[in-house]
Amino acid sequence: MPLIRGGQFVDDPFFFVPDGKAYPDEKGAIVTLARFQGEKETLFARGLPVGVRLASSENPQVLKADLPRIAAVVLEFPRFRDGRPFSWARMLRTRFAFKGEIRATGDFLYDQLASMARTGFDAFEVRQDFALDDFRRALAEMTNVYQPSADGRRTIRDLRAG
Amino acid sequence: MYRYDEFDARFVAERVEQFRGQVARRLTGELTEDQFKPLRLMNGLYLQLHAYMLRVAVPYGTLSPKQLRMLAHVARKYDKGYGHFTTRQNIQFNWPRLVDVPDILADLATVEMHAIQTSGNCIRNVTADHFAGAAADEIEDPRPIAEIIRQWSSLHPEFSFLPRKFKIAVSGAAHDRAALKFHDMAVEIVRNGAGETGYRVYVGGGMGRTPYVGYVVSDFVAKPDILSFLEAVMRVYNEQGRRDNLFKARIKILANALGADEMRRQVAVEFEEIRTSGTLTVPAEELARIDAYFAPPEFEDLPDDPADGADGMPRDIPGVDPDFLATNVHPHRAKGYCIVTISLKPIGGVPGDATAEQMDALADLMDEHGMAEIRVSHEQNLVLPHVRRKDLPAIHARLTELGLATPNAGLITDIIACPGLDYCDLANARSIPIAQKIAERFADLDRQHHIGELKIKISGCINACGHHHAGHIGILGVDKKGVEFYQLQLGGSGAEDASIGEILGPGFGKDEIADAVERVVEAYLTLRQGPDERFLDTYRRVGIVPFKNVAYGQDLHAAY
Repeated sequence: MPLIRGGQFVDDPFFFVPDGKAYPDEKGAIVTLARFQGEKETLFARGLPVGVRLASSENPQVLKADLPRIAAVVLEFPRFRDGRPFSWARMLRTRFAFKGEIRATGDFLYDQLASMARTGFDAFEVRQDFALDDFRRALAEMTNVYQPSADGRRTIRDLRAG
Repeated sequence: MYRYDEFDARFVAERVEQFRGQVARRLTGELTEDQFKPLRLMNGLYLQLHAYMLRVAVPYGTLSPKQLRMLAHVARKYDKGYGHFTTRQNIQFNWPRLVDVPDILADLATVEMHAIQTSGNCIRNVTADHFAGAAADEIEDPRPIAEIIRQWSSLHPEFSFLPRKFKIAVSGAAHDRAALKFHDMAVEIVRNGAGETGYRVYVGGGMGRTPYVGYVVSDFVAKPDILSFLEAVMRVYNEQGRRDNLFKARIKILANALGADEMRRQVAVEFEEIRTSGTLTVPAEELARIDAYFAPPEFEDLPDDPADGADGMPRDIPGVDPDFLATNVHPHRAKGYCIVTISLKPIGGVPGDATAEQMDALADLMDEHGMAEIRVSHEQNLVLPHVRRKDLPAIHARLTELGLATPNAGLITDIIACPGLDYCDLANARSIPIAQKIAERFADLDRQHHIGELKIKISGCINACGHHHAGHIGILGVDKKGVEFYQLQLGGSGAEDASIGEILGPGFGKDEIADAVERVVEAYLTLRQGPDERFLDTYRRVGIVPFKNVAYGQDLHAAY
């Protein structure tokens, strides 16, 4: 699946490794939370980047102690209506000061990209025909914001204050 | 009134263009209806039985004459010449075409109006006491904090795809006119022991399939911390609200499952963290800046009317219908002023409807008398908040000409009703014809005054847009094998003594329900201990049994 990161299409440095499958030789692995919890030390011992994929029902609080060693957290949108990943991303960034990649996967819409970027997502698995121009346009539709979020943008109140 | 600055104006203008793009993508088929649905709902656009319905926000129920004229314009140009004021202080247009909606929104934006978050699983348009800034019993005007909440919640990136809709109400008075305890969350301005004003926050109220009265989640939140506190509640809800069952997704279900203590604990944990980060703090200067927009008009130093009653209300003003004075004119904080309720409940009319001509004429009337604001009440009436008593004869005369002087505010014919099966595709039964039938039955004014305060609220389905759970007499339309039936509920209240009505028993047919209501009312008149004992008080004293015994009448008794 094409991956947008930092506003560009990039080669995915990870493989998602489904439970029960072998790890790839030279790439970082993204694994489910269950597998991560079971094989944590083996994973880190590989010396390659480690990503963890959370279902929308899984609170990233459980990763807290391991976050410094985790390169990417993948948050899954099972349906675009499920808004929990917005809170998970926000929590990862502002509460746990997570500096790694926060990736969105699953069913999300063009119209949600701006909110995703605001709450801390910086990587997006998009469908094959998705155009980079659309990504940029989605982020630019609304110039200003009313409330603070994980992006640290100046809010309308800040702008009013000059 | 609040006025947009360049930032607000740009925000709304860009939001209109964003929606224009979404509509275009829907029309080309790029967006499926399933994908378009949450997007259009975030902008107040529903697909109803016969057509789209656009719900326009009236933040905290306040409108200027210019805005009222724009609503008239929209009604005339894009709809069938009328609008429908709702129980959430909004206005609905029932017949817009999808292709016109971006233009309607652009027109509305020219008068600082929008349809942002009047629907969808997001934080909805914030409602407030419709007597705000005028009521004699008010600690502080609740609209500044409502405006602060409106801005904070607008396109909130974290809380736009909640488990379900989220409604917030705000009040600053001892008497609850905003149905605080029936909201997902509510903010009440209170004074603490040290004499400081702050906010009491309620959570978990709601009507619908599983009605709950909200509970206090914090007794006192300091002013600068209010947004941090609200964000804490939102986060607990976004993370834990149920998403597996649409009917259990509102925060009331979570609030009840967790219980007050656990909810308070979790909110406190989130709150502490958000508060200490400081990013959501509302500085005193910001509060003062917003407060200034809502500064009351310069009240003239007017003499008080010597004919005032004990409640400070005029009883006798030459040229004004005494019935109107008794029900539609309310105490004001300033001497020589009063608050006037404009009833949108003419006998036999559609509760909450106003025509384009009425809206235009009201705007003219406001201009003539230097009135800058009109309010929409959650009881589907309009309110003139600052009326000089000496202007009452002229205002009353004009309202009479416009068919807007029905003297029934708070009486049995001041009925709340949802649009029901005449418009709504969720409805199981019609509401409007039932409201009309009951109003016609009790049309006699002497009889209405004899009965006194009695709030009838009608919903056409379990979603309870007509607030039937909070009606002194509530009526719920149900569908039984394709036939409309109506359940009676007694003893609900949306005020500070909030309670949920109790179901009387099996439903009544559409031709029986007005008779049943009449029998219940007659029973009350026999049971009450005096004219000052309201229906609700009598009900609370004697319980449901005496009403049950008579409601079904002799013929129906045999049938059940």
